[in-house]
Amino acid sequence: MKIVVPVKRVVDYNIKPRVKADNSGVDTQGVKMSMNPFDEIAVEEAVRLREKGAASEIVVVTIGVAEAQPVLRTAMAMGADRAILVQTDAELEPLAVAKLLKAIVDRENPGLVIMGKQAIDDDMNATGQILAARLNWPQGTFASSVAVEDGRITVVREADGGLETVRLALPAVVTTDLRLNEPRYATMPNIMKAKKKPLETIAADTLGVDITPRLETIKVVEPPVRQAGIKVSSVAELVGKLRDEAKVI
Amino acid sequence: MSTQIEREEMEFDVVIVGGGPAGLSAAIRLRQLMPEATICLVEKGSEIGAHIVSGAVIEPRALSELFPDWQERGAPLKTPVTEEKVLFLTEKRGFAIPFIDKLMPAMANHGNYVVSLGEVCRWLGAQAEEMGVEIYPGFAAAEPYIEDGRLCGVITGDMGVTREGEQGPNFAPGMILRAKQTILTEGVRGSISQRVMKQFNLRQGVDPQTYGLGIKEVWEIPAEKHKPGFVQHSFGWPMDDGTYGGAWLYHFGENLVSYGFVTGLDYSNTWLSPFQEMQRLKTHPEFAKHLEGGRRLIYGARALSEGGFQSLPRLSFPGGVLAGDSAGFLNMPKIKGTHTAMKSGTLAAEAVAEALGGEGPCEATSYTRRFKSSWLFKELFEARNVRPAFARWGNRLGALYAGIDSLIFRGRAPWTLHFRHTDHEALKPAEQCKPITYPKPDGTLTFDLTSSVFLSGTNHEEDQPVHLKLRDPSTWLPVNWGIFRSPESRYCPAGVYEALEENSTMRLQINAQNCVHCKTCDIKDPTQNIDWCVPEGAGGPNYPVGM
Amino acid sequence: MTTLALIEAEGAAIKKASLSAVAAARHFGAVDVLLIGAEGAQEAAKIEGITRVLHADSTPHLAECIAALIADRAKDYDHIVSAATAYGKNTLPRVAGLLDVQPITEVVEIIDADTFVRPIYAGSALSTVRSRDAIKVLTVRNANFEAATLGDASAPIEAVSAAVEVPDAAYVGIELTHSDRPELESARVVISGGRGLKDAANFKLLEPVADKLGAAIGASRAAVDAGFAPNEMQVGQTGKIVAPDLYIAVGLSGAIQHLAGMKDSRVIVAINMDPEAPIFSVADYGLVGDLFEVLPQLKAELGA
Repeated sequence: MKIVVPVKRVVDYNIKPRVKADNSGVDTQGVKMSMNPFDEIAVEEAVRLREKGAASEIVVVTIGVAEAQPVLRTAMAMGADRAILVQTDAELEPLAVAKLLKAIVDRENPGLVIMGKQAIDDDMNATGQILAARLNWPQGTFASSVAVEDGRITVVREADGGLETVRLALPAVVTTDLRLNEPRYATMPNIMKAKKKPLETIAADTLGVDITPRLETIKVVEPPVRQAGIKVSSVAELVGKLRDEAKVI
Repeated sequence: MSTQIEREEMEFDVVIVGGGPAGLSAAIRLRQLMPEATICLVEKGSEIGAHIVSGAVIEPRALSELFPDWQERGAPLKTPVTEEKVLFLTEKRGFAIPFIDKLMPAMANHGNYVVSLGEVCRWLGAQAEEMGVEIYPGFAAAEPYIEDGRLCGVITGDMGVTREGEQGPNFAPGMILRAKQTILTEGVRGSISQRVMKQFNLRQGVDPQTYGLGIKEVWEIPAEKHKPGFVQHSFGWPMDDGTYGGAWLYHFGENLVSYGFVTGLDYSNTWLSPFQEMQRLKTHPEFAKHLEGGRRLIYGARALSEGGFQSLPRLSFPGGVLAGDSAGFLNMPKIKGTHTAMKSGTLAAEAVAEALGGEGPCEATSYTRRFKSSWLFKELFEARNVRPAFARWGNRLGALYAGIDSLIFRGRAPWTLHFRHTDHEALKPAEQCKPITYPKPDGTLTFDLTSSVFLSGTNHEEDQPVHLKLRDPSTWLPVNWGIFRSPESRYCPAGVYEALEENSTMRLQINAQNCVHCKTCDIKDPTQNIDWCVPEGAGGPNYPVGM
Repeated sequence: MTTLALIEAEGAAIKKASLSAVAAARHFGAVDVLLIGAEGAQEAAKIEGITRVLHADSTPHLAECIAALIADRAKDYDHIVSAATAYGKNTLPRVAGLLDVQPITEVVEIIDADTFVRPIYAGSALSTVRSRDAIKVLTVRNANFEAATLGDASAPIEAVSAAVEVPDAAYVGIELTHSDRPELESARVVISGGRGLKDAANFKLLEPVADKLGAAIGASRAAVDAGFAPNEMQVGQTGKIVAPDLYIAVGLSGAIQHLAGMKDSRVIVAINMDPEAPIFSVADYGLVGDLFEVLPQLKAELGA
């Protein structure tokens, strides 16, 4: 079975994002970029599935600018076999990303697509679900464990208040949650090998997909600074306030 | 690090430790001279530039030698210096020093550029990679690899070791990077450089190194206030006459201002806090008028070497060389170390290339000769008496000496002033020092330490051994606390060290995760009891472009 | 036009998060609610301000089936809304995919029928977006919308079912978390301890209060660094980001790294000896006092 792993290049999770002075967005100029942490988990899981014999080939895909290539190299250093860059300078929304991914999936015919549940920049948490919808495939979102057997994949999902198990016919789309695994480090020899693995670049506009944005960003602002409230003088007063004023207990 | 671990090996002609201006220049020069040489550069930061902190006004001289066509290649030197000022400060006023060109020629910046050194390093890194240098960010060189009395490369740090020192689920052992020649360009107080200097006795007969701690912020200011290329340096307030220190303020980029403060780490008052000094200077009218109405974007800190000429160690040893601030090439009177780092890296590369061309293993001894016949030697030689004069006679007389030295002797005075002690020996017991009361942060110009460290993007993988250790834990209470009242809790610009009262006794809390890798504790601890080990690769600050 | 709100029941009761979603939906006008599963329709009919209840009692709780059902009826609606629960976040983007629209998730404010505010970069910024899609598909954060109430209303209940083929997916089951304590990230109440607790043994003092409140227990990085609490309990920039209805910070100074992880909590309570502690600058209710006295009192007071 072939696995396709879509990955996204995002502002590194250690960087405190800074809103641009003109409120048009978050400043990403010159900021350290790296692979979306949820996608690293997806790459790791794909590599583990191959190590268990459940998969034969792993193809990583990213969509974006030419500078996104290092993210693909990292994924290949972790164990992916080859990479595809769908190149575009356009700002893409999850719907457009899912449509471009569908075009790649139609070409590659994988048995499984596994990807992060959300990107830590727009926090949209939608691309996997939209892709599954457009492929008319079943979906196993927010996975905390997966197992493949007999043409089906069992996904344990992080649901509200507990773990939910679904069994899906393959091909399917799985999105990863934090607890699924702890990704391995890319070692130096593997980074070196990854430099020689195939990386194919496809211009996004050759895929015949409408990627026109549906959302217009009006403004991006920093959240209001929280104001200090009141000081209470006793525990009784505190509990009273929580009960009657804030109504949280 | 356990010795039983089976380690993979990779072999290169040259391994370079550290991706700053010195290491990257060395890599580039080597490929220019030996296009077939295999060169591996490791950098502990998560990417090239992530651990770079500098003012920075740079002199393009060394860059022009490396790449005469740097402008066509798009080097990010975009803001030429347009206006410069040197101020002597009293608490409320600033007095501009006239005729900078004559009195303080080292401070004249005509023809120089205000840059983001992180951005310059990224650009140099891209050039080096294009030329075939293999660059590995996120990999820390943890130990020298010594065989038969010769440095044969480095061992990279193990990844995925738990806090308790066990191998975690994603454990990846470090590797031996074997090299015919190793170039150490770790910056100030590099952990491998320190060990190599000891092993090969490279500091014999030279003055002790003396250091400064630079703390920096980048601000975004209102466009109407921004004067690209404006450069201001100051000395005087808030330092007393016996404490070396000074500030810079540069306008560059798009409405950005680089502000920073260097404190000489030979300070004696244990109550001094370099961080607080740096904060309170922003309230001085000569600085406040630039920053008011702006917002602070970035914070960072790094030690720098101030010893200069007299403190340079032997530069080559069997199997390798030292360059950049690992050796101590910074020119303190100029407060510039980038062009000297680049030049020393270039010279080191030329010597290494010559050594590689010879038969069998040898030492790149021509490095010292090349250095002595270069402009770098002349520059450092002429500047050699300025910093020790400040150390000896204080700031006012030191400045006067510096003026005379350059006006009359033009740096060629027939004597050399020496550094008499190391920085950690300069610290005085708390009872002999006058306590300093620092103002509270106002939240607009001045800030507290934790919100500052937050702006350095610092992180370390949490589940790893603490990388700052006390060699003898029992020393802290009687000495650091008993005599000096925990100076580390004040000199650390990242709040790593805290003296806490617990069960009516004092204890040292080490918040290693906050560490911005400035190395001040390694330098200033009064009994040299703090061991700065290399943490897991990619840890530490993440300074964005603009730093 | 009308809004369709996908709601969830727990047993026969309607989830509070869904009531908030209905409240959000009412911003746009008339509201139909859709309920999947056998139970809860009678309760749903009591929600104030809704037009009718669509009850799909035989549709499985699978995003594949629910999304097909909604998409099939979407032409009647200009907005489709649910709470940003795992259930809603699993289902509604799939609906959007079927309808060829870009969903807008985790909405915290509705400006007008087309314009919404949502957090990005883990809440470090708020983005206002305007949708050009004919049908808007949104999930909303329940903490930001006052829940709709249940009253004497009795909206008509209409049975619906999916008449479309859905991909092959089987629901095996759900195993509710057996831990007596909720997960940090999903807990409604979080009580966190800092270095003021002085040692690991004292950290247990938080437990009786947490039991009373059904709260998860968190820790500051300083407390974790000092070995008082395990790493997975860390709340903050480098730990878990939480936004409960009630966050109680005990003996915790409020380092910025910590604030980054909990500042979106609806109500923040700080208990600290040091009146200057930065945590008080973000707390709705601050109590200056010795936590070793306050915690037992708090437990007693809550028990009353």
